Amino acid sequence: MENFGSPALRRLLEFFPSQVEATHAKLGDATAQVARASLLEIMRLLRDEPGLDFEMLTDVTAVDYLGQEPRFEIVYHLYSVKRNHRVRVNSRVPEQDPEIASLVPLWPSADWMEREVWDLYGIRFRGHPDLRRILLYEEFEGHPLRKDYPKEKRQPLVGPRN
Amino acid sequence: MAMRLPLPGREPAPLLPDDFERDLHVEHQLLNMGPSHPATHGTVKFLIELDGENIIDLDIQVGYLHRGFEKECESGTWYQAIPYPDRLNYNSAILANLGYVLAVEKLLGLELPERCQWLRTLGGELSRMGDHLTRCGAACLELAAMTPFLYGIEARELTWDLQEMLCGARVTSNYIRIGGVKHDLVPGFPEKCRDGIAKIRALLRDFDDVVTGNRIFVDRLRGTGVISKEDCLRWAVTGPIARSAGIPLDLRKQAPYLVYDQLDFDIPVGEVGDNYDRYLVCVEEMHQSLRIIEQCLAKLEKLGPGPVNTLDPRVRWPAKGRVFNRMEELIQQFKSVTEGPRVPAGEAYLAIESANGELGFYVVSDGSAVPVKVRCRPPSFINLPPMRKMLKGALLADLIPTFDFINMVGGECDR
Repeated sequence: MENFGSPALRRLLEFFPSQVEATHAKLGDATAQVARASLLEIMRLLRDEPGLDFEMLTDVTAVDYLGQEPRFEIVYHLYSVKRNHRVRVNSRVPEQDPEIASLVPLWPSADWMEREVWDLYGIRFRGHPDLRRILLYEEFEGHPLRKDYPKEKRQPLVGPRN
Repeated sequence: MAMRLPLPGREPAPLLPDDFERDLHVEHQLLNMGPSHPATHGTVKFLIELDGENIIDLDIQVGYLHRGFEKECESGTWYQAIPYPDRLNYNSAILANLGYVLAVEKLLGLELPERCQWLRTLGGELSRMGDHLTRCGAACLELAAMTPFLYGIEARELTWDLQEMLCGARVTSNYIRIGGVKHDLVPGFPEKCRDGIAKIRALLRDFDDVVTGNRIFVDRLRGTGVISKEDCLRWAVTGPIARSAGIPLDLRKQAPYLVYDQLDFDIPVGEVGDNYDRYLVCVEEMHQSLRIIEQCLAKLEKLGPGPVNTLDPRVRWPAKGRVFNRMEELIQQFKSVTEGPRVPAGEAYLAIESANGELGFYVVSDGSAVPVKVRCRPPSFINLPPMRKMLKGALLADLIPTFDFINMVGGECDR
């Protein structure tokens, strides 16, 4: 695997040669595909390693590749204000066990973004302190951004609770 | 014994010790503020645990304006998604528009004509002005000052008039298109724009006279809603909030897109990270935006007439004369209209500096005409949760200016 001149990818390949499954830098975005079991330690390295200094977890989202196995991909975007560089970390999660480690212990910004991914994709984050729905209401059934959730399906919340 | 009403998902906060120097001992109470509260702009609910007037804890509940932006984008073509970002942050529609289109163009690898890039920059800065004016004006209104609100809104009307002249719509512009902009400047725009800039400068002066040194305004803003540099980084806070805390982070400088590397402008940075610093940063940014707009106008006049759209056949319709006479172009026109442009497979993330901070779009294509994923990284949504930390221990009245200067826009936060 190649590091494409990205310091983040070079360090990841040095420290986690077997956990990094693939790398690419298409369109200039350095990207590492990592095993979900070692996500937390990989992210800790990216945050703490001098020279990388990814202080910001800018974005957490997921993509539903329905029909592929594993089905879901969690996508993290990191940014370092100090070094002005970025890296994207992707990790696949299977449909039967949609769970991955929460990054709230490393970056509090993960809190709401992980709640959103849980809400819209139904992926659980192990170790999240408060995994509630955030954009939809508690009574909502299903996770609407999954590709098998029909766009026309409506679940109006009518009348007062209780 | 005080009644314990923990916020959802949280341990109850410990009661303050019974010391007799405190003037009043009360039970903690839960206060529901919102979703539509007259002293906030934006649809959001605060569930506040109060000890007298002090905020012990608060739970911020968003989602009232969720309308399935991403789901909607995944059901149409890349082109059909263009109006939706307009409706995310309706104060600065062109910027959201721009973010989405730039991300798609990154996937396509398009080259843009120079004139188009300057037009986009001009539109974006007009939009940013409108956003900042709304934020500062509405903050005054919610702190019970009607006159400066009207100054701010009058200036915003001027930016909206200019945007209307630029693209035909005041609020939801739909101006930026994949590979270009809707059309070039109409005749008379530069004069009208210079006239508008002069008027906006005069209004900003009036605003400054009434507000910046105003005792009530300063007392309510200075020292409230403080956030440190480190917390900004940990919470991924960007935009005026991060800059007011002393982080000189502005993607127009850090990762210049369009023509920002050719423009002369400064990034104001605060020191304390309180609401007053945020106000000052926003006001200075408006002056910088006016400078950028003037440079754009000068450059556009210097460039003279030219194409504002790419000629790339993947995203453009062929010229009509050719469609009527040639088979290839006829097929191309038919495919463009019925299917929409195909975008090469891949993933791309592109972030621009919107009025609220880093506005990112993460787009995934499988090579077809329909997006697999259009993710908007909304600054409103990500700047909002640290508000809980900013306000713990503060007075209930501090919530109003803090929420105003975080400038959460419901449409963008809830998508």
